[in-house]
Amino acid sequence: MSVLEVVTAGPLTSVQDFGRFGAQRYGLTPSGAMDRLSLAAANALVGHSLSAPAIEIGPLKTTFVARGGPLSVALTGALRLARTGDDSCPLYRTFTLRDGDTLTLDAARKGVFSYLAIAGDLKGEAMFGSFSVNARAGLGSPYPRLLQNGDQLTFETTTLLPDRSLLPPVFGEGAIRVVPGPQYDEFGRAADVFFNSSWQISPTSDRMGYRLEGPSLTHAGNFNIVSDGTVDGSIQVAGNGRPIVLMKDRGTTGGYPKIATIMSADFGRFAQTRPRHMIRFAAIDVAAAQREAHAFHALLQSLPARIRTT
Amino acid sequence: MNSSLSRPSKPRVLACGDSALTVEFGTTMEPGSNLRVFALDRALKNTPVEGITETVPTYRSLLVHYDPLKLGFSELSERLSALLDRPDTTERASRHWRVPVAYGGAFGLDLDAVAKAHGMPSEELIRRHSAPRYDVAMIGFTPGFCYLRGLDPALATPRQIQPRITTPAGTISIGGVQAAMQCLSGPSAWHLLGRTPVRAFNPHRDPVFLFEPGDTVTFERIDATEFERLERLVARGDIVAELVA
Repeated sequence: MSVLEVVTAGPLTSVQDFGRFGAQRYGLTPSGAMDRLSLAAANALVGHSLSAPAIEIGPLKTTFVARGGPLSVALTGALRLARTGDDSCPLYRTFTLRDGDTLTLDAARKGVFSYLAIAGDLKGEAMFGSFSVNARAGLGSPYPRLLQNGDQLTFETTTLLPDRSLLPPVFGEGAIRVVPGPQYDEFGRAADVFFNSSWQISPTSDRMGYRLEGPSLTHAGNFNIVSDGTVDGSIQVAGNGRPIVLMKDRGTTGGYPKIATIMSADFGRFAQTRPRHMIRFAAIDVAAAQREAHAFHALLQSLPARIRTT
Repeated sequence: MNSSLSRPSKPRVLACGDSALTVEFGTTMEPGSNLRVFALDRALKNTPVEGITETVPTYRSLLVHYDPLKLGFSELSERLSALLDRPDTTERASRHWRVPVAYGGAFGLDLDAVAKAHGMPSEELIRRHSAPRYDVAMIGFTPGFCYLRGLDPALATPRQIQPRITTPAGTISIGGVQAAMQCLSGPSAWHLLGRTPVRAFNPHRDPVFLFEPGDTVTFERIDATEFERLERLVARGDIVAELVA
Protein backbone atom coordinates (compact mmCIF):
# COMPACT_ATOMS: atom_id res chain seq x y z
CA MET A 1 0.00 0.00 0.00
CA SER A 2 1.35 3.43 -0.95
CA VAL A 3 0.19 6.97 -0.50
CA LEU A 4 0.46 9.98 -2.76
CA GLU A 5 0.15 13.08 -0.61
CA VAL A 6 -0.86 16.45 -1.99
CA VAL A 7 1.71 19.00 -0.77
CA THR A 8 0.51 22.02 -2.76
CA ALA A 9 -2.76 21.71 -4.66
CA GLY A 10 -3.21 24.17 -7.49
CA PRO A 11 -6.81 25.20 -8.21
CA LEU A 12 -9.05 22.92 -10.31
CA THR A 13 -7.28 19.75 -9.16
CA SER A 14 -9.53 16.76 -8.48
CA VAL A 15 -10.01 13.03 -9.01
CA GLN A 16 -11.89 12.38 -12.27
CA ASP A 17 -12.90 9.44 -14.44
CA PHE A 18 -15.41 9.46 -17.31
CA GLY A 19 -18.21 10.65 -14.99
CA ARG A 20 -21.55 9.42 -13.62
CA PHE A 21 -24.61 9.04 -15.77
CA GLY A 22 -28.30 8.31 -15.32
CA ALA A 23 -29.34 10.99 -12.81
CA GLN A 24 -29.46 14.14 -14.92
CA ARG A 25 -33.27 13.96 -14.63
CA TYR A 26 -32.75 14.66 -10.89
CA GLY A 27 -30.37 17.57 -11.50
CA LEU A 28 -27.16 15.60 -10.99
CA THR A 29 -24.62 16.54 -13.63
CA PRO A 30 -22.20 13.83 -14.90
CA SER A 31 -18.92 15.66 -14.16
CA GLY A 32 -15.89 13.64 -15.36
CA ALA A 33 -12.58 14.50 -17.01
CA MET A 34 -12.45 17.73 -19.03
CA ASP A 35 -10.12 16.03 -21.57
CA ARG A 36 -11.05 12.35 -21.94
CA LEU A 37 -8.33 11.65 -24.51
CA SER A 38 -5.54 12.73 -22.15
CA LEU A 39 -7.10 10.83 -19.22
CA ALA A 40 -7.42 7.70 -21.39
CA ALA A 41 -3.77 8.06 -22.50
CA ALA A 42 -2.56 8.27 -18.88
CA ASN A 43 -4.63 5.22 -18.00
CA ALA A 44 -3.37 3.25 -21.01
CA LEU A 45 0.24 4.00 -20.02
CA VAL A 46 -0.20 2.50 -16.54
CA GLY A 47 -2.29 -0.43 -17.82
CA HIS A 48 -5.65 0.74 -16.46
CA SER A 49 -8.99 0.68 -18.23
CA LEU A 50 -9.30 3.88 -20.27
CA SER A 51 -12.05 5.34 -18.08
CA ALA A 52 -10.41 4.64 -14.69
CA PRO A 53 -10.09 7.48 -12.16
CA ALA A 54 -6.88 9.55 -12.18
CA ILE A 55 -5.85 12.97 -10.88
CA GLU A 56 -6.91 15.89 -13.04
CA ILE A 57 -4.46 18.69 -12.33
CA GLY A 58 -5.24 22.35 -13.03
CA PRO A 59 -2.87 24.76 -14.82
CA LEU A 60 -0.94 26.09 -11.80
CA LYS A 61 2.01 24.68 -9.88
CA THR A 62 1.13 21.52 -8.00
CA THR A 63 3.30 19.30 -5.79
CA PHE A 64 2.92 15.74 -4.51
CA VAL A 65 5.07 13.55 -2.29
CA ALA A 66 5.18 9.73 -2.39
CA ARG A 67 4.90 7.87 0.93
CA GLY A 68 5.81 4.23 0.65
CA GLY A 69 6.16 2.96 -2.85
CA PRO A 70 7.76 2.81 -5.29
CA LEU A 71 4.94 3.98 -7.59
CA SER A 72 4.82 3.77 -11.38
CA VAL A 73 3.05 6.82 -12.74
CA ALA A 74 2.30 8.55 -16.04
CA LEU A 75 1.59 12.22 -16.76
CA THR A 76 -0.32 13.41 -19.83
CA GLY A 77 -2.29 16.42 -21.09
CA ALA A 78 -1.05 20.00 -20.73
CA LEU A 79 2.52 20.78 -21.78
CA ARG A 80 4.48 21.66 -18.62
CA LEU A 81 7.73 20.94 -16.81
CA ALA A 82 7.63 18.25 -14.17
CA ARG A 83 10.45 17.01 -11.95
CA THR A 84 11.35 14.84 -9.01
CA GLY A 85 14.22 16.50 -7.17
CA ASP A 86 16.61 17.60 -9.92
CA ASP A 87 15.43 15.02 -12.44
CA SER A 88 12.93 16.10 -15.05
CA CYS A 89 9.98 13.78 -15.60
CA PRO A 90 8.76 12.86 -19.07
CA LEU A 91 5.24 13.38 -20.38
CA TYR A 92 3.46 10.42 -22.02
CA ARG A 93 6.00 8.01 -20.54
CA THR A 94 5.98 6.06 -17.29
CA PHE A 95 8.36 7.05 -14.51
CA THR A 96 8.88 5.98 -10.91
CA LEU A 97 8.29 7.79 -7.61
CA ARG A 98 10.27 6.31 -4.71
CA ASP A 99 9.41 6.68 -1.04
CA GLY A 100 9.86 10.36 -0.13
CA ASP A 101 10.16 11.60 -3.73
CA THR A 102 8.55 14.96 -4.38
CA LEU A 103 6.83 15.38 -7.75
CA THR A 104 6.60 19.03 -8.81
CA LEU A 105 4.50 20.16 -11.76
CA ASP A 106 5.26 23.71 -12.89
CA ALA A 107 2.52 25.88 -14.35
CA ALA A 108 1.19 24.64 -17.69
CA ARG A 109 2.68 26.35 -20.76
CA LYS A 110 0.24 24.95 -23.31
CA GLY A 111 -3.12 23.45 -22.44
CA VAL A 112 -4.86 23.63 -19.07
CA PHE A 113 -5.31 20.18 -17.52
CA SER A 114 -2.81 17.40 -16.82
CA TYR A 115 -3.68 13.83 -15.89
CA LEU A 116 -1.60 11.81 -13.45
CA ALA A 117 -2.34 8.08 -13.39
CA ILE A 118 -0.79 5.74 -10.82
CA ALA A 119 -0.35 2.00 -11.45
CA GLY A 120 -2.53 0.65 -8.62
CA ASP A 121 -6.08 0.76 -7.32
CA LEU A 122 -7.13 4.09 -5.86
CA LYS A 123 -8.78 3.38 -2.52
CA GLY A 124 -12.24 4.87 -2.44
CA GLU A 125 -15.86 4.21 -3.21
CA ALA A 126 -17.58 4.80 -6.52
CA MET A 127 -20.83 6.74 -6.20
CA PHE A 128 -23.28 6.15 -9.07
CA GLY A 129 -20.49 4.19 -10.71
CA SER A 130 -17.92 6.99 -10.59
CA PHE A 131 -15.14 8.47 -8.47
CA SER A 132 -15.51 11.85 -10.20
CA VAL A 133 -15.59 14.86 -7.91
CA ASN A 134 -18.70 17.03 -8.04
CA ALA A 135 -18.06 19.40 -5.16
CA ARG A 136 -21.45 21.11 -5.28
CA ALA A 137 -23.27 17.78 -4.92
CA GLY A 138 -20.82 16.49 -2.29
CA LEU A 139 -19.89 13.54 -4.50
CA GLY A 140 -16.52 12.09 -5.38
CA SER A 141 -13.99 9.77 -3.83
CA PRO A 142 -11.83 9.61 -1.80
CA TYR A 143 -12.61 13.31 -1.20
CA PRO A 144 -15.99 14.77 -2.29
CA ARG A 145 -14.31 18.08 -3.22
CA LEU A 146 -11.30 19.54 -5.01
CA LEU A 147 -7.98 18.28 -3.65
CA GLN A 148 -6.39 20.34 -0.86
CA ASN A 149 -2.95 20.52 0.69
CA GLY A 150 -2.33 17.51 2.92
CA ASP A 151 -4.86 15.19 1.21
CA GLN A 152 -3.71 11.59 0.93
CA LEU A 153 -4.58 9.26 -1.92
CA THR A 154 -4.02 5.62 -1.06
CA PHE A 155 -3.19 3.03 -3.72
CA GLU A 156 -3.50 -0.72 -3.24
CA THR A 157 -2.03 -3.54 -5.35
CA THR A 158 0.49 -1.16 -6.87
CA THR A 159 2.67 -2.55 -9.65
CA LEU A 160 6.06 -1.44 -10.90
CA LEU A 161 5.95 -1.06 -14.67
CA PRO A 162 8.68 -1.22 -17.28
CA ASP A 163 9.36 1.86 -19.40
CA ARG A 164 6.23 2.51 -21.45
CA SER A 165 5.64 5.47 -23.74
CA LEU A 166 3.10 6.85 -26.18
CA LEU A 167 3.20 9.51 -28.85
CA PRO A 168 0.78 12.19 -27.59
CA PRO A 169 -2.50 11.42 -29.39
CA VAL A 170 -4.11 14.35 -31.21
CA PHE A 171 -7.67 14.75 -32.43
CA GLY A 172 -8.63 17.63 -34.69
CA GLU A 173 -7.05 21.03 -35.21
CA GLY A 174 -8.07 24.57 -36.01
CA ALA A 175 -11.61 25.77 -35.50
CA ILE A 176 -13.73 24.05 -32.83
CA ARG A 177 -16.57 22.29 -34.62
CA VAL A 178 -20.11 22.90 -33.39
CA VAL A 179 -23.54 21.58 -34.32
CA PRO A 180 -25.91 24.57 -34.66
CA GLY A 181 -28.86 24.56 -32.27
CA PRO A 182 -31.05 23.81 -30.45
CA GLN A 183 -32.08 27.52 -30.49
CA TYR A 184 -29.86 28.56 -33.43
CA ASP A 185 -32.83 29.87 -35.45
CA GLU A 186 -33.62 32.51 -32.85
CA PHE A 187 -30.29 34.27 -33.30
CA GLY A 188 -30.81 35.58 -36.84
CA ARG A 189 -27.82 37.66 -37.93
CA ALA A 190 -26.09 37.17 -34.57
CA ALA A 191 -25.42 33.61 -35.78
CA ASP A 192 -23.18 35.04 -38.53
CA VAL A 193 -21.37 37.15 -35.95
CA PHE A 194 -20.78 34.02 -33.88
CA PHE A 195 -19.15 32.13 -36.75
CA ASN A 196 -17.27 35.08 -38.26
CA SER A 197 -15.61 36.24 -35.04
CA SER A 198 -12.59 35.20 -33.00
CA TRP A 199 -13.23 34.47 -29.34
CA GLN A 200 -11.11 34.50 -26.21
CA ILE A 201 -11.72 32.32 -23.19
CA SER A 202 -12.15 34.43 -20.06
CA PRO A 203 -9.80 33.79 -17.11
CA THR A 204 -12.89 33.44 -14.87
CA SER A 205 -13.71 30.09 -16.49
CA ASP A 206 -13.94 26.85 -14.51
CA ARG A 207 -15.25 23.28 -14.71
CA MET A 208 -18.84 24.60 -14.84
CA GLY A 209 -18.45 26.96 -17.75
CA TYR A 210 -16.01 28.78 -20.03
CA ARG A 211 -17.00 32.37 -20.73
CA LEU A 212 -16.24 33.63 -24.23
CA GLU A 213 -15.08 37.21 -24.78
CA GLY A 214 -15.80 38.83 -28.12
CA PRO A 215 -18.63 40.73 -29.78
CA SER A 216 -22.04 40.84 -28.13
CA LEU A 217 -24.52 38.40 -29.71
CA THR A 218 -27.60 40.59 -29.58
CA HIS A 219 -30.65 39.16 -31.26
CA ALA A 220 -34.31 39.90 -31.74
CA GLY A 221 -35.63 36.99 -29.69
CA ASN A 222 -36.16 36.67 -25.98
CA PHE A 223 -33.02 36.16 -23.92
CA ASN A 224 -34.91 34.29 -21.24
CA ILE A 225 -36.39 31.04 -22.51
CA VAL A 226 -38.33 28.52 -20.49
CA SER A 227 -35.54 26.40 -18.97
CA ASP A 228 -34.65 23.24 -20.83
CA GLY A 229 -31.93 20.60 -20.68
CA THR A 230 -28.22 21.20 -21.27
CA VAL A 231 -25.37 19.01 -22.52
CA ASP A 232 -21.57 19.16 -22.38
CA GLY A 233 -20.54 21.87 -24.81
CA SER A 234 -23.88 23.73 -24.94
CA ILE A 235 -23.09 27.33 -25.93
CA GLN A 236 -25.68 29.46 -24.16
CA VAL A 237 -25.99 33.19 -24.62
CA ALA A 238 -26.89 35.19 -21.52
CA GLY A 239 -28.92 38.39 -21.49
CA ASN A 240 -25.82 40.54 -21.92
CA GLY A 241 -25.12 38.84 -25.27
CA ARG A 242 -22.07 36.99 -23.88
CA PRO A 243 -21.74 33.30 -24.71
CA ILE A 244 -20.86 30.73 -22.04
CA VAL A 245 -19.84 27.19 -22.97
CA LEU A 246 -21.20 24.69 -20.45
CA MET A 247 -18.52 22.28 -19.23
CA LYS A 248 -18.46 19.07 -17.18
CA ASP A 249 -19.88 20.51 -13.92
CA ARG A 250 -22.70 22.38 -15.73
CA GLY A 251 -26.21 22.76 -14.35
CA THR A 252 -28.44 20.12 -15.96
CA THR A 253 -31.00 22.73 -17.07
CA GLY A 254 -30.68 26.36 -18.05
CA GLY A 255 -32.84 29.28 -19.06
CA TYR A 256 -30.78 30.93 -21.79
CA PRO A 257 -31.01 30.17 -25.53
CA LYS A 258 -28.26 27.92 -26.91
CA ILE A 259 -26.83 28.91 -30.26
CA ALA A 260 -24.79 25.73 -30.84
CA THR A 261 -23.19 22.69 -29.22
CA ILE A 262 -19.52 21.71 -29.43
CA MET A 263 -19.28 18.26 -31.00
CA SER A 264 -18.26 15.63 -28.47
CA ALA A 265 -14.97 14.75 -30.21
CA ASP A 266 -13.74 18.38 -30.05
CA PHE A 267 -14.82 18.97 -26.42
CA GLY A 268 -11.50 17.97 -24.82
CA ARG A 269 -9.49 20.08 -27.27
CA PHE A 270 -11.70 23.05 -26.44
CA ALA A 271 -11.40 22.35 -22.68
CA GLN A 272 -7.60 22.51 -23.03
CA THR A 273 -7.73 25.99 -24.59
CA ARG A 274 -6.01 28.53 -22.38
CA PRO A 275 -7.53 31.85 -21.28
CA ARG A 276 -6.73 34.71 -23.67
CA HIS A 277 -6.07 32.28 -26.51
CA MET A 278 -8.03 33.16 -29.68
CA ILE A 279 -10.35 30.51 -31.10
CA ARG A 280 -12.97 30.26 -33.83
CA PHE A 281 -15.99 28.04 -34.30
CA ALA A 282 -17.03 26.19 -37.46
CA ALA A 283 -20.43 24.64 -38.16
CA ILE A 284 -20.70 20.90 -38.76
CA ASP A 285 -23.90 18.92 -39.37
CA VAL A 286 -25.03 16.21 -36.96
CA ALA A 287 -24.23 13.28 -39.26
CA ALA A 288 -20.65 14.51 -39.82
CA ALA A 289 -20.21 15.20 -36.08
CA GLN A 290 -21.33 11.62 -35.39
CA ARG A 291 -18.75 10.30 -37.86
CA GLU A 292 -16.16 12.30 -35.89
CA ALA A 293 -17.48 10.76 -32.67
CA HIS A 294 -16.82 7.31 -34.18
CA ALA A 295 -13.30 8.35 -35.20
CA PHE A 296 -12.63 9.76 -31.73
CA HIS A 297 -13.84 6.54 -30.12
CA ALA A 298 -11.58 4.52 -32.43
CA LEU A 299 -8.61 6.68 -31.43
CA LEU A 300 -9.36 6.12 -27.72
CA GLN A 301 -9.66 2.37 -28.20
CA SER A 302 -6.37 2.24 -30.13
CA LEU A 303 -4.33 3.75 -27.28
CA PRO A 304 -3.33 0.50 -25.50
CA ALA A 305 -2.01 -0.93 -28.78
CA ARG A 306 0.04 2.21 -29.42
CA ILE A 307 2.05 1.88 -26.20
CA ARG A 308 5.75 1.32 -26.85
CA THR A 309 7.81 -0.66 -24.39
CA THR A 310 11.59 -0.54 -24.34
CA MET B 1 -61.17 13.59 -26.29
CA ASN B 2 -59.28 16.43 -27.96
CA SER B 3 -61.23 18.13 -30.68
CA SER B 4 -59.30 18.72 -33.89
CA LEU B 5 -59.30 22.42 -33.05
CA SER B 6 -57.34 21.97 -29.85
CA ARG B 7 -55.03 19.28 -31.19
CA PRO B 8 -51.52 20.22 -30.12
CA SER B 9 -48.94 21.20 -32.69
CA LYS B 10 -46.37 18.69 -33.90
CA PRO B 11 -43.31 18.63 -31.65
CA ARG B 12 -39.93 19.72 -33.01
CA VAL B 13 -36.88 17.48 -32.80
CA LEU B 14 -33.70 19.58 -32.38
CA ALA B 15 -30.10 18.38 -32.27
CA CYS B 16 -28.10 19.19 -29.13
CA GLY B 17 -24.70 18.26 -30.52
CA ASP B 18 -24.01 14.69 -31.66
CA SER B 19 -24.99 12.83 -28.48
CA ALA B 20 -28.35 14.34 -27.49
CA LEU B 21 -31.50 15.76 -28.98
CA THR B 22 -34.45 17.62 -27.56
CA VAL B 23 -38.09 16.95 -28.39
CA GLU B 24 -39.75 20.34 -27.97
CA PHE B 25 -43.51 20.43 -27.42
CA GLY B 26 -43.81 24.19 -26.99
CA THR B 27 -41.97 27.30 -25.93
CA THR B 28 -44.07 28.31 -22.92
CA MET B 29 -44.80 26.90 -19.47
CA GLU B 30 -48.33 25.84 -20.34
CA PRO B 31 -49.21 22.58 -18.59
CA GLY B 32 -50.15 20.73 -21.82
CA SER B 33 -46.53 20.69 -23.03
CA ASN B 34 -45.27 19.49 -19.64
CA LEU B 35 -47.77 16.60 -19.63
CA ARG B 36 -46.75 15.58 -23.16
CA VAL B 37 -43.09 15.60 -22.04
CA PHE B 38 -43.96 13.19 -19.23
CA ALA B 39 -45.99 11.00 -21.61
CA LEU B 40 -43.07 10.62 -24.04
CA ASP B 41 -40.72 9.95 -21.13
CA ARG B 42 -43.04 7.16 -19.90
CA ALA B 43 -43.35 5.75 -23.43
CA LEU B 44 -39.54 5.52 -23.68
CA LYS B 45 -39.40 3.86 -20.28
CA ASN B 46 -41.96 1.27 -21.34
CA THR B 47 -40.52 0.78 -24.83
CA PRO B 48 -36.77 1.31 -24.41
CA VAL B 49 -34.75 2.30 -27.48
CA GLU B 50 -31.31 0.68 -27.56
CA GLY B 51 -28.70 3.45 -27.47
CA ILE B 52 -30.65 5.99 -25.39
CA THR B 53 -28.58 6.56 -22.26
CA GLU B 54 -30.87 8.83 -20.23
CA THR B 55 -33.70 11.34 -20.53
CA VAL B 56 -34.25 14.72 -18.85
CA PRO B 57 -37.87 15.92 -18.69
CA THR B 58 -38.29 19.70 -18.50
CA TYR B 59 -41.28 22.09 -18.71
CA ARG B 60 -41.71 21.93 -22.44
CA SER B 61 -39.18 19.52 -23.88
CA LEU B 62 -37.65 16.12 -23.31
CA LEU B 63 -33.86 16.00 -23.60
CA VAL B 64 -32.75 12.58 -24.83
CA HIS B 65 -29.08 11.63 -24.33
CA TYR B 66 -27.91 8.83 -26.61
CA ASP B 67 -24.76 7.04 -27.70
CA PRO B 68 -23.85 8.16 -31.24
CA LEU B 69 -21.89 4.92 -31.70
CA LYS B 70 -25.16 2.99 -31.45
CA LEU B 71 -27.76 5.36 -32.80
CA GLY B 72 -27.76 8.02 -35.53
CA PHE B 73 -29.65 11.29 -35.18
CA SER B 74 -32.04 10.65 -38.08
CA GLU B 75 -32.74 7.07 -37.01
CA LEU B 76 -33.57 8.19 -33.46
CA SER B 77 -35.69 11.09 -34.74
CA GLU B 78 -37.74 8.66 -36.82
CA ARG B 79 -38.25 6.26 -33.96
CA LEU B 80 -39.34 9.09 -31.68
CA SER B 81 -41.75 10.40 -34.33
CA ALA B 82 -43.31 6.94 -34.56
CA LEU B 83 -43.68 6.84 -30.77
CA LEU B 84 -45.26 10.30 -30.77
CA ASP B 85 -47.82 9.24 -33.39
CA ARG B 86 -49.05 6.48 -31.12
CA PRO B 87 -51.71 7.47 -28.59
CA ASP B 88 -50.54 7.71 -25.00
CA THR B 89 -51.93 4.68 -23.18
CA THR B 90 -49.51 4.73 -20.25
CA GLU B 91 -50.75 5.30 -16.74
CA ARG B 92 -49.57 8.46 -15.11
CA ALA B 93 -48.05 7.54 -11.77
CA SER B 94 -49.65 9.88 -9.27
CA ARG B 95 -47.39 10.09 -6.28
CA HIS B 96 -48.34 12.89 -3.94
CA TRP B 97 -46.11 14.28 -1.20
CA ARG B 98 -46.77 16.43 1.85
CA VAL B 99 -43.72 18.58 2.62
CA PRO B 100 -43.35 20.44 5.96
CA VAL B 101 -42.29 24.10 5.71
CA ALA B 102 -41.39 26.68 8.35
CA TYR B 103 -42.37 30.10 6.99
CA GLY B 104 -41.01 33.61 7.54
CA GLY B 105 -38.53 35.07 10.01
CA ALA B 106 -35.08 33.55 9.69
CA PHE B 107 -36.63 30.71 7.64
CA GLY B 108 -37.98 32.99 4.92
CA LEU B 109 -36.21 36.33 4.80
CA ASP B 110 -38.38 37.75 2.00
CA LEU B 111 -41.83 36.65 3.24
CA ASP B 112 -42.91 39.98 4.74
CA ALA B 113 -41.55 42.05 1.83
CA VAL B 114 -43.33 39.87 -0.74
CA ALA B 115 -46.59 40.05 1.23
CA LYS B 116 -46.28 43.82 1.42
CA ALA B 117 -45.56 44.08 -2.31
CA HIS B 118 -48.83 42.24 -2.97
CA GLY B 119 -50.70 44.28 -0.35
CA MET B 120 -51.66 41.25 1.71
CA PRO B 121 -50.92 40.19 5.28
CA SER B 122 -48.06 37.69 5.63
CA GLU B 123 -50.56 35.15 6.99
CA GLU B 124 -52.55 35.31 3.78
CA LEU B 125 -49.40 34.83 1.69
CA ILE B 126 -48.60 31.71 3.69
CA ARG B 127 -52.16 30.43 3.29
CA ARG B 128 -52.11 31.01 -0.46
CA HIS B 129 -48.66 29.50 -0.87
CA SER B 130 -49.52 26.33 1.06
CA ALA B 131 -52.95 25.85 -0.54
CA PRO B 132 -52.22 24.43 -4.03
CA ARG B 133 -51.25 20.96 -5.07
CA TYR B 134 -48.09 21.70 -7.08
CA ASP B 135 -46.72 19.62 -9.93
CA VAL B 136 -42.99 18.86 -10.02
CA ALA B 137 -42.59 20.22 -13.57
CA MET B 138 -38.88 19.50 -13.71
CA ILE B 139 -35.86 18.84 -11.52
CA GLY B 140 -32.72 20.58 -12.61
CA PHE B 141 -29.99 23.18 -12.18
CA THR B 142 -28.59 21.48 -9.05
CA PRO B 143 -29.37 18.02 -7.56
CA GLY B 144 -32.93 17.83 -6.25
CA PHE B 145 -33.93 21.39 -7.21
CA CYS B 146 -37.67 21.01 -7.95
CA TYR B 147 -39.40 23.55 -10.19
CA LEU B 148 -43.07 23.59 -9.18
CA ARG B 149 -46.03 24.43 -11.42
CA GLY B 150 -49.24 25.71 -9.82
CA LEU B 151 -48.36 28.89 -7.90
CA ASP B 152 -51.38 31.09 -7.12
CA PRO B 153 -51.14 33.79 -9.85
CA ALA B 154 -51.79 36.44 -7.20
CA LEU B 155 -48.37 35.60 -5.73
CA ALA B 156 -46.35 35.94 -8.97
CA THR B 157 -43.33 38.13 -8.16
CA PRO B 158 -40.54 39.19 -10.53
CA ARG B 159 -37.17 37.71 -9.62
CA GLN B 160 -34.73 39.85 -7.66
CA ILE B 161 -32.34 41.91 -9.76
CA GLN B 162 -29.39 41.14 -7.51
CA PRO B 163 -29.15 37.39 -6.77
CA ARG B 164 -28.11 36.29 -3.29
CA ILE B 165 -24.68 34.65 -3.34
CA THR B 166 -25.94 31.89 -1.08
CA THR B 167 -29.28 30.63 0.22
CA PRO B 168 -29.68 27.77 2.70
CA ALA B 169 -30.39 24.12 1.96
CA GLY B 170 -34.12 23.37 1.93
CA THR B 171 -35.09 26.86 0.76
CA ILE B 172 -38.71 27.27 -0.36
CA SER B 173 -38.96 30.18 -2.76
CA ILE B 174 -40.93 31.81 -5.56
CA GLY B 175 -39.70 33.55 -8.72
CA GLY B 176 -41.93 34.90 -11.45
CA VAL B 177 -44.91 32.52 -11.78
CA GLN B 178 -42.92 29.58 -10.40
CA ALA B 179 -42.44 28.06 -6.99
CA ALA B 180 -39.37 26.05 -6.05
CA MET B 181 -38.12 23.59 -3.50
CA GLN B 182 -34.34 23.75 -3.36
CA CYS B 183 -32.24 20.99 -1.81
CA LEU B 184 -28.66 22.25 -1.65
CA SER B 185 -27.45 25.66 -0.55
CA GLY B 186 -26.56 27.90 -3.45
CA PRO B 187 -27.07 31.24 -5.18
CA SER B 188 -30.63 32.35 -5.94
CA ALA B 189 -32.50 35.35 -7.34
CA TRP B 190 -35.82 34.00 -6.07
CA HIS B 191 -37.77 35.24 -3.03
CA LEU B 192 -37.23 33.17 0.10
CA LEU B 193 -40.53 32.34 1.85
CA GLY B 194 -39.48 29.47 4.12
CA ARG B 195 -37.44 26.34 4.61
CA THR B 196 -38.13 22.63 4.71
CA PRO B 197 -36.04 20.08 6.60
CA VAL B 198 -36.74 17.64 3.71
CA ARG B 199 -33.78 16.79 1.49
CA ALA B 200 -34.75 15.86 -2.07
CA PHE B 201 -31.19 14.56 -2.59
CA ASN B 202 -28.98 12.71 -0.14
CA PRO B 203 -26.24 10.52 -1.63
CA HIS B 204 -26.00 8.53 1.61
CA ARG B 205 -29.70 7.65 1.85
CA ASP B 206 -31.86 5.10 0.07
CA PRO B 207 -33.61 6.48 -1.95
CA VAL B 208 -30.96 9.02 -2.97
CA PHE B 209 -33.59 11.13 -4.76
CA LEU B 210 -37.08 11.55 -3.26
CA PHE B 211 -39.05 13.28 -5.99
CA GLU B 212 -39.67 12.36 -9.62
CA PRO B 213 -40.65 14.82 -12.33
CA GLY B 214 -44.46 14.47 -12.48
CA ASP B 215 -44.96 13.95 -8.73
CA THR B 216 -47.24 16.39 -6.90
CA VAL B 217 -46.50 18.28 -3.70
CA THR B 218 -48.39 20.27 -1.06
CA PHE B 219 -46.75 22.30 1.69
CA GLU B 220 -47.74 21.92 5.33
CA ARG B 221 -46.89 24.74 7.70
CA ILE B 222 -44.78 23.85 10.76
CA ASP B 223 -43.29 25.97 13.55
CA ALA B 224 -39.62 26.42 14.51
CA THR B 225 -39.74 23.72 17.20
CA GLU B 226 -41.14 21.14 14.80
CA PHE B 227 -38.59 22.21 12.15
CA GLU B 228 -35.75 21.51 14.58
CA ARG B 229 -37.24 18.15 15.57
CA LEU B 230 -37.62 17.07 11.94
CA GLU B 231 -34.17 18.39 11.05
CA ARG B 232 -32.67 16.02 13.66
CA LEU B 233 -34.58 13.10 12.10
CA VAL B 234 -33.35 14.11 8.64
CA ALA B 235 -29.77 14.17 9.92
CA ARG B 236 -30.27 10.48 10.82
CA GLY B 237 -31.38 9.73 7.27
CA ASP B 238 -35.17 9.92 7.75
CA ILE B 239 -37.28 11.23 4.87
CA VAL B 240 -39.92 13.21 6.89
CA ALA B 241 -41.77 14.18 3.69
CA GLU B 242 -44.98 12.18 3.76
CA LEU B 243 -46.00 10.11 0.75
CA VAL B 244 -49.77 10.59 0.78
CA ALA B 245 -50.69 8.61 -2.30
